[in-house]
Amino acid sequence: MTGKPILEIDHLRVSFRIQDQYYAAVDDVSLTVNEDEVVAIVGESGCGKSALALAVMGLHPPQKTKLEGSIIFKGTNLLSLSTSQLNKIRGKDIGMIFQDPLTALNPLMTIGRQIEESMDYHMKLSSMEKRQRTLELLKRVGIPNPEKTYHRYPHELSGGMRQRVVIAIAIACEPSLIIADEPTTALDVTIQAQIMGLLKELQQQMKTGIILITHDLGVVAEMADRVAVMYAGEIVELADVETLFHHPLHPYTRSLLHSIPSAQTRKEKLHVIQGIVPSLQKMPRTGCRFQSRISWIDESKHEPNPILREVEPGHWVRCTCYQHFYFPHDHIGDVGYGIS
Amino acid sequence: MLKFILRRIMMMIPQLFILSVLVFLLAKAMPGDALTGQLASNPKIDAQTLEEMKEKLGLNDPVHVQYARWMKNLLQGDLGISYIHKQPVNDLLAGRMWNTILLSAAILILTYMIAIPLGIVSGRWTDSWADKLIVGYSYVSFATPLFIFALIMLFIFGFKLGWFPTGGSVDIQVEKGTFAYYLSKLNHLLLPALSGALINTVGTIQYLRSEIIDTKVKDFVKTARAKGVPESSIYWRHILRNSFLPIAAFLGYEITGLIGGSIFLESIFSYPGIGQLFLQSILQRDYSVVTALVMISGLATLIGTLLSDIILSAVDPRIRIE
Ligand SMILES: Nc1ncnc2c1ncn2[C@@H]1O[C@H](COP(=O)(O)OP(=O)(O)OP(=O)(O)O)[C@@H](O)[C@H]1O
Ligand SMILES: [Mg+2]
Repeated sequence: MTGKPILEIDHLRVSFRIQDQYYAAVDDVSLTVNEDEVVAIVGESGCGKSALALAVMGLHPPQKTKLEGSIIFKGTNLLSLSTSQLNKIRGKDIGMIFQDPLTALNPLMTIGRQIEESMDYHMKLSSMEKRQRTLELLKRVGIPNPEKTYHRYPHELSGGMRQRVVIAIAIACEPSLIIADEPTTALDVTIQAQIMGLLKELQQQMKTGIILITHDLGVVAEMADRVAVMYAGEIVELADVETLFHHPLHPYTRSLLHSIPSAQTRKEKLHVIQGIVPSLQKMPRTGCRFQSRISWIDESKHEPNPILREVEPGHWVRCTCYQHFYFPHDHIGDVGYGIS
Repeated sequence: MLKFILRRIMMMIPQLFILSVLVFLLAKAMPGDALTGQLASNPKIDAQTLEEMKEKLGLNDPVHVQYARWMKNLLQGDLGISYIHKQPVNDLLAGRMWNTILLSAAILILTYMIAIPLGIVSGRWTDSWADKLIVGYSYVSFATPLFIFALIMLFIFGFKLGWFPTGGSVDIQVEKGTFAYYLSKLNHLLLPALSGALINTVGTIQYLRSEIIDTKVKDFVKTARAKGVPESSIYWRHILRNSFLPIAAFLGYEITGLIGGSIFLESIFSYPGIGQLFLQSILQRDYSVVTALVMISGLATLIGTLLSDIILSAVDPRIRIE
């Protein structure tokens, strides 16, 4: 868990151009992923998790996106690389697992070819060796009958099987970092558990670093070493998983944890903070971005320019409002999820 | 696959039957018949001779008897006799049919030769000046009716500049089968084909452009980029292959459009094909020719649709025909 850092994101800002103006979807995010470490990123829909992941992969359309700060992967700043330089890294050293397995595969290519394709560019293998390796990968991600599946097209496979193929593509060249953007959101609950189990098993075997983006705090508890909580493009709290679950500080994190329905609280009402992440154009750019959602806390308790501060070793929180935060008694919502 | 094709051919029979009844009734309902036309040009024929001729041609029989006779001949491959040209419709069509097929094939090839590169440039580099130019061109050609455009082309390149012949399908002097003969055919073909293609490209360009724009933001393209696939292969292997699918499938349907277009093109360029014959026959009330041509184009359209389905199943693994 305490390996060398492989990925160091430093003051990253990702802005999208909307009608000649740039709006930051990821703002001043700094995050390190070490070897063999699973870092989870949680936060509501629209808070910038995918924008962050795609920035690391260099997958944002360059004409519409501005990237500032730096993303250092094994000593190289990915943001300074050309597309062809980046192509030597992605697929080989960094693999990506996408959210929706139904759309993540090319409908006109066989499963085998799609897995082999990344080997075409990163490994010097004969076509026999590639085939052999692909069959092993298929077996490794738990696909029954790899020989047959090799020649299948995506539409002939179920969602769960397709996600296994997507995972096989991501690990084809033994990357040292995997970015998984909500890898199970699009799947049935039972399949979700299987895919997460597979991911965990692979992580333990391969000792890869993983950035795991998820909505599911249960998954976080099970898989992650550290957790970054994002709100409105910023990291609001960062801590190791035990600390985060047992001593959450930021009001947003506390509301997230409050909103997991557990066996004991299922019958009770849960604390849910009302509201949603503001859209890019409406996002407040100064002050505490969470302020409007905890209006019962006095304005003076927020910092004018909140920064992420290390309050204990390894435990970072943004803004001072957490020191004064409490759940109001009249602010109890129905059973629900703070994150959708 | 074979079973599917056979089943589809079986399905064509009732469709063609309905078409044949409609066409026949329509032809009958039209004012006058072939003899009316002859009468006007030849006032010497008296009423009795006319009645005898009608009787001889079976024009006085009840409608269903006439239909049955026409159908029986049709099934035997006999399309009837042209009253105007005084020769079997089969003979009348033989040469013209080839001319039209030649023209249609030339239009199709030119269309794809122009539309595919332009569509790719336009879709890949959206909003570039090249894209704007191409979109501009397609607006203009979309707004221009084929017959007006063809007339302009004929006027400029045929009459004013004299680069191309202004009519016919081949020079009369050249000997059939020689190299000069084929060259002359090609020379006669080029201007009408180019006129048709330049108007016909719009659909394909716009279709391809929007397919590429849609496809290039698809998730599987992100997956491919995340694999480290170089940009050129991203386009060829992933984006373009997927964008070509509907274009390839549309090929069969193009036939319908080409038949329609040939009527204008052949008439304007005095190109002896079935389109020109069709228009002439309507004007001269040569109904046996008209009905034959409608039946042929109906059949061609149905075959085109079938062709589209077969192509689609061949190129798209998601569509399999059992
Ligand atoms: N290409 C883009 N152009 C403009 N705005 C974008 C673009 N991509 C994302 N956004 C906006 O950026 C914000 C963050 O989006 P992002 O997809 O990163 O959210 P997310 O945290 O991944 O949400 P989800 O949980 O729904 O996947 C959203 O407001 C979104 O609308
Ligand atoms: Mg997302």
